[in-house]
Amino acid sequence: MPTRLRATAQDLLPKLVLSPSFVLILIFVYGFIVFTGYLSFTGSRMLPSFDLVGFANYFKLFSLRHWSTALSNLAIFGVLYIGICTVIGLGLAILLDQKIRGEGVLRPIFLYPMALSFIVTGTAWKWFLDPGIGLENVMHLWGWESFEFRWIKDRDMAIYTIVIAAVWQSSGFVMAMFLAGLRGIDNEILKAAQIDGASAWKLYRRIVIPMLRPAFLSAFVVLAHLAIKSYDLVIALTNGGPGRATEMPATFMYSYTFTRNQMGVGASSAVIMLIMIASIIIPYLYSELREKRT
Amino acid sequence: MSAASNDIALRTGVITRVAIFAVLILFAVYYLLPLFVMLVNSVKPLEEIRSGNMLALPEVFTIAPWINAWGEAQIGVQPTGLSPYFVNSIMMVVPAVFIATFLGALNGYVLTKWRFRGHRIVFGLMLFSCFIPFQIVLIPMARILGLLGIAGTTWGLVLVHVVYGLGFTTLFFRNYYDAFPSELIRAATIDGAGFFRIFRRILLPSSGPIIVVTVIWQFTNVWNDFLFGASFADFDSQPMTVALNNLVSSSTGVKEYNVHFAGAILAALPTLVVYVVSGRYFVRGLMAGAVKG
Amino acid sequence: MTRFGLKLSASLVALALVAGGPAAAAEEVEVLHWWTSGGEAAALNVLKEDLESKGVGWQDMPVAGGGGEQAMTVLRARVTAGNAPTAVQMLGFDIQDWAQEGALADLNELAASENWDTVVPAALQRFAKHDGKWISAPVNVHSTNWVWANKKIFDELGIAQPNTWDELVAALTKIQDAGYVAVAHGGQAWQDATIFDAVVMSVGGPDFYKAAFIDLDPDALGGAQMTEAFQRMETLRGFVDENFSGRDWNLASAMVIEGKAGLQFMGDWAKGEFLKAGLTPDQDFLCFRFPGTDGTVTFNSDQFAMFSVGTERRDAQVKLASSIMAPSFQSAFNVVKGSVPARTDVSDADFDACGKKGMKQLAAANDAGKLFGSMAHGHAAPASVKNAIYDVVTAHFNGEFDAATAAEELVNAVDAAQ
Repeated sequence: MPTRLRATAQDLLPKLVLSPSFVLILIFVYGFIVFTGYLSFTGSRMLPSFDLVGFANYFKLFSLRHWSTALSNLAIFGVLYIGICTVIGLGLAILLDQKIRGEGVLRPIFLYPMALSFIVTGTAWKWFLDPGIGLENVMHLWGWESFEFRWIKDRDMAIYTIVIAAVWQSSGFVMAMFLAGLRGIDNEILKAAQIDGASAWKLYRRIVIPMLRPAFLSAFVVLAHLAIKSYDLVIALTNGGPGRATEMPATFMYSYTFTRNQMGVGASSAVIMLIMIASIIIPYLYSELREKRT
Repeated sequence: MSAASNDIALRTGVITRVAIFAVLILFAVYYLLPLFVMLVNSVKPLEEIRSGNMLALPEVFTIAPWINAWGEAQIGVQPTGLSPYFVNSIMMVVPAVFIATFLGALNGYVLTKWRFRGHRIVFGLMLFSCFIPFQIVLIPMARILGLLGIAGTTWGLVLVHVVYGLGFTTLFFRNYYDAFPSELIRAATIDGAGFFRIFRRILLPSSGPIIVVTVIWQFTNVWNDFLFGASFADFDSQPMTVALNNLVSSSTGVKEYNVHFAGAILAALPTLVVYVVSGRYFVRGLMAGAVKG
Repeated sequence: MTRFGLKLSASLVALALVAGGPAAAAEEVEVLHWWTSGGEAAALNVLKEDLESKGVGWQDMPVAGGGGEQAMTVLRARVTAGNAPTAVQMLGFDIQDWAQEGALADLNELAASENWDTVVPAALQRFAKHDGKWISAPVNVHSTNWVWANKKIFDELGIAQPNTWDELVAALTKIQDAGYVAVAHGGQAWQDATIFDAVVMSVGGPDFYKAAFIDLDPDALGGAQMTEAFQRMETLRGFVDENFSGRDWNLASAMVIEGKAGLQFMGDWAKGEFLKAGLTPDQDFLCFRFPGTDGTVTFNSDQFAMFSVGTERRDAQVKLASSIMAPSFQSAFNVVKGSVPARTDVSDADFDACGKKGMKQLAAANDAGKLFGSMAHGHAAPASVKNAIYDVVTAHFNGEFDAATAAEELVNAVDAAQ
């Protein structure tokens, strides 16, 4: 009897330890998601109200010109941001992995942007991109009179300046993930391949990069959710301008919920964002957790 | 020809190595540029900034903007500089990092070594919480903080940051402990060691690298947060980022860029130090936990 | 590690208790505002010191960003948490929206004893009162249809103050031909809309302005006059420099101050920039109304909305409201801020030439019924409508569609936002 009681206690203890965290997340994440979902079907304006209006907010959302701008901006931004970060991150990791002298100095330089928020670096970036103060002006002062770099003022190009700043912030972090992946590869395999006379290009393409698959996946998930959530950097760099040309879903949602007093529409855009995030994350989680079965 | 080296490094000639180095230096310049702009302009007098080259070194070197940003600049009605808010941030960050890391470690331990039916779903649900856009939680969170009576306090902020940090800290520790040999645990159980004893004696002592990763991650996120800090803090608990924003984005008046840059660097200093000092362990920790498939 | 952490957090608890403990002893007001820059914050400090001399402590809660947008988000969180500040800086329709939610306090007793009904212009009372109850204390009146011009450039090119749209275009052409930037402008939605306010007023006069922006009449919003207003915006677009996009308004002012640009269309807060640069009104720079809008004034008014607070904070709140409305504070604050007092019985002795002009014109416009809330600054229509108009104006100004399409879009956008 006492042993059985002890066994039950031992059995319960782990669940007991886990439960506070789990309950917190149930309430503060899933509870709030349900709440937001409910709001998206109400006519809430300044503060939450509970009068149901059906799908009206969703119809309104998709009739708004700059919600479609926000979605297409996210598509452009997401593809370029994830693509460029992955290429630069992988490239730097491979180069840095060549027993480079000074790696200890270079690595923190590549990594530090992740430590800074755009509230800190926003002004510097704005300067840099502004033709009157930044790169263009500097080139002119250095005697390259015809140099032109005014993307941030251009309705069609401004979104690419956001890509530049975003890549600056995250690519070093991606590099660290790939570097960790590279260092984790068993050297015996590589030695064997090298002795077989495989060229450098072949070695990486055929053997190393396929082995980095987990790092690719992790990087993709981290970058994808950063892209969908990106808010600070848009506010810091262009505040959605010129015009509304650099509106993104996160800035759209914030502005409808909090500055335009159309909380219902804001909530419906939040639900769409959550669906987008879920459609990326859930397949990843599923495969991740299945493969781990032993 | 030397013998095959024992890492992935290719056998390369001098020219290739120089080229590799050049590329790396080029990227280092790209990464350093914004910080350089901030640093250089934070030690120039305002007139020199207005008339000059953003990348030029200062002709007149002055430390005044730093002193101003730290102790004299007008943040609101009071000319206090950023210093009092620095303290507020510390008071918020330390418990938020400590509690989230501690809970994450326990969760990771349970989810790998004390598995129960449905542990995958529980972990999946916790992990998905990393990806929730924070803007949507503001209003319901405010309501709950109000109900708990901790609205506008540092402890309210700590709660918020712990909750939204849990997903990542649990992920880090879970992946790390997953690789930890279960035989050791089983042996200890047979010896009669309990749940907490195993954790304290066997797992915790070897958790160094992953604790570093988790602390860096959580510290950076909490320190840099603006949205929660602005929304849930009171007049006496506003963190550094909110104060910096008040300093930088005031709508009227002459913009004292040198002071703004000095303030920005001051606000970033703790995270910079953490990254630079422990960056080496960061990659090692990622290797051990976070990147595993 | 563990033990150290525990100790540390325990001592932090102790620290927090000490810091937060004895605060409630004296009378205190907590004020949420976004005046964080030198001049404005210093002006607010006058209020703080005044209150402290009456034994009321001031808890400062500044949240800058986006002309108060950030502060309004914070406010929503604070009210939802049941932790509303004593007073909140607020603009136009926001005040009415909060009153609608029943979140604001009743100041009638104080207002009656201090006679607010007679000294505050009716156009301001429209926002400061709800259901016959005073709910906020107005600090100032900004008028938004001003032109700020560099006198040296005007003299050099022999330009007289333009009084009609055509004269304005002629003047701008002359300035541009002389190699200056004609219009110093910052391409941000609210700045585009500030000009649009004045242009709409100049095209159709007060009646059209009221029909379009206050009554939101679809015929006015989509009619021929509105198309003409958009065409005038296109004309002005031709006079700005190519770096205008995203520029802060005070940097645009600096262009006029430094003699790089001829003039700027901006509210009277721009005056502070000119004064700070050591310029004198009428000697170094000119201030006049947007051509074609003389006699009418579009305004916005900063007010401190008073939230319902417990009885223990109520007394301090009333003292705060009373101090804000005191003529001495109204004068002292507005001299610094560039705006004019929110009550019509304040002496103009301490104000400069532009300030005196502004006070006179405000009083005259008030008497003639030509004082209108500014659309661009949230005093003509609620936030949702205002932002919908912003979207169209700024998209058109950046060349996304032509004037006729813009007028059509305006009708749709306003309709969708209501």
